[in-house]
Amino acid sequence: MAALPRTTDPVFLLSMSPKRIHERKRNAEGALARREKRLAYALLMPTFTLVLAVVLLPLVANFWISFKPVTLSDLRAPTLVLKENLRGDLDSPGQQARIEYRYRNSSQKYPLRAVAFSDVIPGDIAVTDLPDGCSLAPAQQNSVLRCDLGDIERKGRGRIRIGVEGKQAVSDGKALLRSSRPDVQFTAYNVMTSTDFSLVNFKKVFSASEFWDVLKTSVYYTVFGTTGALILGLFAAQIMQKAFPGRSVIRGLLLFPYVAPVIAVAFSWVVLFDPFSGAVNAMLQQMGAAEGPINFFGKRTVEISLFGLSFGLPLALTMVILFEVWRYFPLSFLFILARMQSVPSDIYEAAEIDGATPMQQFRFLSLPHIAGILAVLFLLRFIWTFNKFDDIFLLTGGNAGTRTLTVNVYEQAFAISNLGAGAAVAVVIFALLLVFSVIFIRFSPKDAG
Amino acid sequence: MRIWMHGIFVALLSGALWGGIWHLVLSMGLILTTGASLTLQVGPSVAAGAAIGVVAAVMRRPRGSRLHHIAGITLTIMLMCGVAFGDPFDPQGLVAAWQSGLVLVIAAVVIWISVIRTIADMPPERLIRYTAEKAYLRLIWGLGLMMFVLIVAIPFYVMVMTSLKSQQSLLLNPLDFSVDASGGASVLFRSYIELFTEYDFLTLLMNSALVSVITVLITLLFSIPGAYAVAKLRFPGRQWLSGSVLLIYLIPAIILVIPLYAVFSQLGLRNSLLGLCIVYPATTIPVALYMLRGYFAGLPSELDDAGLMDGLSRIQIITRIAMPLSTPAIATVALYVFMIAWNEFLFAFMFLDDVKLFTLSRGIVSLDSSEVPRQHLMAASVIATLPVLTLFLWFERFLVSGLTAGSVKG
Repeated sequence: MAALPRTTDPVFLLSMSPKRIHERKRNAEGALARREKRLAYALLMPTFTLVLAVVLLPLVANFWISFKPVTLSDLRAPTLVLKENLRGDLDSPGQQARIEYRYRNSSQKYPLRAVAFSDVIPGDIAVTDLPDGCSLAPAQQNSVLRCDLGDIERKGRGRIRIGVEGKQAVSDGKALLRSSRPDVQFTAYNVMTSTDFSLVNFKKVFSASEFWDVLKTSVYYTVFGTTGALILGLFAAQIMQKAFPGRSVIRGLLLFPYVAPVIAVAFSWVVLFDPFSGAVNAMLQQMGAAEGPINFFGKRTVEISLFGLSFGLPLALTMVILFEVWRYFPLSFLFILARMQSVPSDIYEAAEIDGATPMQQFRFLSLPHIAGILAVLFLLRFIWTFNKFDDIFLLTGGNAGTRTLTVNVYEQAFAISNLGAGAAVAVVIFALLLVFSVIFIRFSPKDAG
Repeated sequence: MRIWMHGIFVALLSGALWGGIWHLVLSMGLILTTGASLTLQVGPSVAAGAAIGVVAAVMRRPRGSRLHHIAGITLTIMLMCGVAFGDPFDPQGLVAAWQSGLVLVIAAVVIWISVIRTIADMPPERLIRYTAEKAYLRLIWGLGLMMFVLIVAIPFYVMVMTSLKSQQSLLLNPLDFSVDASGGASVLFRSYIELFTEYDFLTLLMNSALVSVITVLITLLFSIPGAYAVAKLRFPGRQWLSGSVLLIYLIPAIILVIPLYAVFSQLGLRNSLLGLCIVYPATTIPVALYMLRGYFAGLPSELDDAGLMDGLSRIQIITRIAMPLSTPAIATVALYVFMIAWNEFLFAFMFLDDVKLFTLSRGIVSLDSSEVPRQHLMAASVIATLPVLTLFLWFERFLVSGLTAGSVKG
C-alpha cells in the first residue's frame, strides 16, 4: 500500500514547487468541498426561489411602482373590445346583409396605438362593399378580412360595416359568422411595464398635509407600544418567576393574547369598549365615573384635567397602543422569563446571605443578566410594531388620529385606489426600516440569543 | 420618621388595598353574573381590610392553625358588615340573599388569605430595609398577578359570554353576562348555529384548515433541507445566510402587498387559495429555517459522519437521522406555522373576494357591519380562536420552548 504520496508528506512536498503544492491540496480537499457546496445550494434552492419570488422581487417591484402613477384600475391592461354582428339575413342566395364590427377602447386613461383586426369570412359569403382601411385576402376557400383602425383615443369607440352577399343559402348566418373569432392587434401603453418614471407619487405623499401627522402617529405608536409591552412583560416575568400553585396554568393564560387570532381579540376589544353595548362604558356609567358613553376607538382627543392641569389625551391612539401592549407583552414575558430561569440560582443565594435586599438583587443580579435580551426584544419589537397593520386597521380603520404609515399604505393604495402613492409610502417605511436595522445590527449584543 | 418603614403601616396599607381591590373585583363579578345594577361602595371594605391587616400583623402567625384562619375569616366578615352597616356588596338588596352572602364569604376568605400572605412574618414594628422591601414586593406581587389575570381573561370572557347572548339582552343591559340556559342549548348557541347554517362557516373552517395545513407542509418541505444545509454543510455564504434570514423577517407584509396584489391579479392567482398557499410559506419559511437550524446545529456531527460511512446519502441522513432526532423541534415549527397561517389576516383580506374561498379571518371581517349582530361577530371569533387555543394548550410545553428558541415574530 501507500504507493501514492500523500499531499502532506514532507519529502514529497519538498519535491514540488509551492504552486503545485497549493494546487494539489486544493484539488484533494476540493472534490469533497465542492460536492458539499453543490449539495448545500441544492438544498437551499427551493427556499431561496420562493423567498426571491414572494419577498425580494415584490420589494423591488414596490420601488418600481412607487415611481409610476399607477391606479388600481390600471391593473386591467387596456384592450380593444370588439363585437361582431350580422345585420340582415342570408337565408337565400344573393341576399344582401351587413357585417358590423363595433369596437371600443376599454381604457379610461390610455390610447391604443396601431390597432388592427383580422377575421375569417366564410366562403359561403361574398364581400360586396369594403370600407377604407380594410382589405380582403383569399385563404383557401375562405377569405381573410383585415382592417386597420389606426390609433384609438381613450374611451374611443366606432364601427365598421361590411356589405356582404350570400353565395348560397345560409340558415344561421350569425352562428356561421361567430364560428371564427376576430383577431385583434394593437400596441397598448402599459403603465406598469413602461420605462417612464416620475416623482409625482412622492411629491403627493410628502406634500399631503396629514403625512407628518401620520409619521408622528407611527412614532408614538411604536415607541409607546414597544416600551409598554416590554415593561409589562418584564413585570409579568418577575411575578411568574416565583413558584406558586397554578403557575403553569397562569403562564399559559398569559400567553393567550399573543396566540389567539388578531381578528378575534381585536373585535372582542371593540365589543368590550363599544359606546352603546359595551361593558366598560356601562360599568363606568354605573360607577359614576363617566357621564355619557365614551367612544373609545372613535374619539380623537379627550380633555383631561389632572391636578389643575388640563391636557388633550389622544384617546383612540392611546387605546390602540394599549391593545398593542396587551397583545404583545406575552412575547416579552416569555423571553425574559426564559432568560431569567437560565440564571444560576446560587448567585441569588449568595446575595441573600450577604444581605442584599430584593431590589438590590434585581438591580445588580437580574438586570445585568436580562439586559441583552431586553435590548434585542426592544429592537425587534420596535421594528415589528412599526410594521404593524392588522391591529390598528381592525380596531379603528386608521380613523380618529390612529393612521400610521402602514395604514396609510392601505389607504392610499386601496381606499383611494392610487397604487403608486401607496407604494411610495411603502418606500418611506422601508427607508425608515433600513435606518432601524442599521441601528439594530450596530447595537445587537452577540450572545443574547 | 419614615412611616412607610413601619410594620403597622405596611399592614394597614396592604389590608386596605386588598380589601378595596377584592371588593371591586367581586362586585364586578357579581354584576356581570347576575346583571343587577349594583352600586360600588368600596369604602367599608377598605376600612375593614385595613383593620384586618393590623390585626393579622399584631397577632402574626405565619403557620396558623385552622382555628386561627376560621377566626380571622369570621372577624373579616364581621368587620365588613359592621363598617358597612349591613351587606357591603348589596346594601339595597337587589340580588338574592344567598348570592350576596356567598360573595361576602368569598370576599372574606380571599381578603384574609391575601392579607396574611402579604404580611407573612413581618413584625409589627419598625422594619429594616430588607424586611420592608420583602413585604412591599409581596404586596406588589399579589396585586400584579391579579392584574395580569384580569386584563388577560376579561376580553376572552366577554367574547365567550357575548356570543351566547341575544341582541335584545345585549342592548338592554350590557353588563349582564349571566348565562340564561333556560331555553336549552339551541337557544343558547343560536349565534353559532346561525353562523354554520346561514353564513356557511363550515366552508370557512375548511378553507382555513386547508390553507394552514398546506402552508405547514410546504414550509417543512422547504425549510428542513435548508436548515440542515445551513447547520451542517460548509459552503461560501453560510455565515451571511444565517444572519440575513432574520432580516427577511423585518420586512413588513404591507410593503409586499401592493406588488403581490398587482402581479397576482394579472396571473389570476389573487382570488384563490393557491395564491395564499404561495405567499404564506414564503413568510413562514425564514422563521422555520431559523428555528430548525438551531436545533440541527445541536445534533452531534458524529452521527452524520457515521451515516456517511455506512453509505447513506445526505438526503437519507436528513430523513433517517436528523429528522427522527428532531421530532420535537419539527412539531414545534409545524404548530407555530399552523398558528401563523390560521391567524393571518392581511393577505387573506386583500386577496380573497369570493365568499366561497374566504378563510376565517377574511370571513369574520365581512361580518363586521351594522347588519350583523355583535354576538355573531363574537361567536365567529370564538370559532376562530378555539382551534388555535386548543392546539396551544395541548402542546404548550413544546411551543413555549420553541418560541423562545427561535425568536419569533408577531
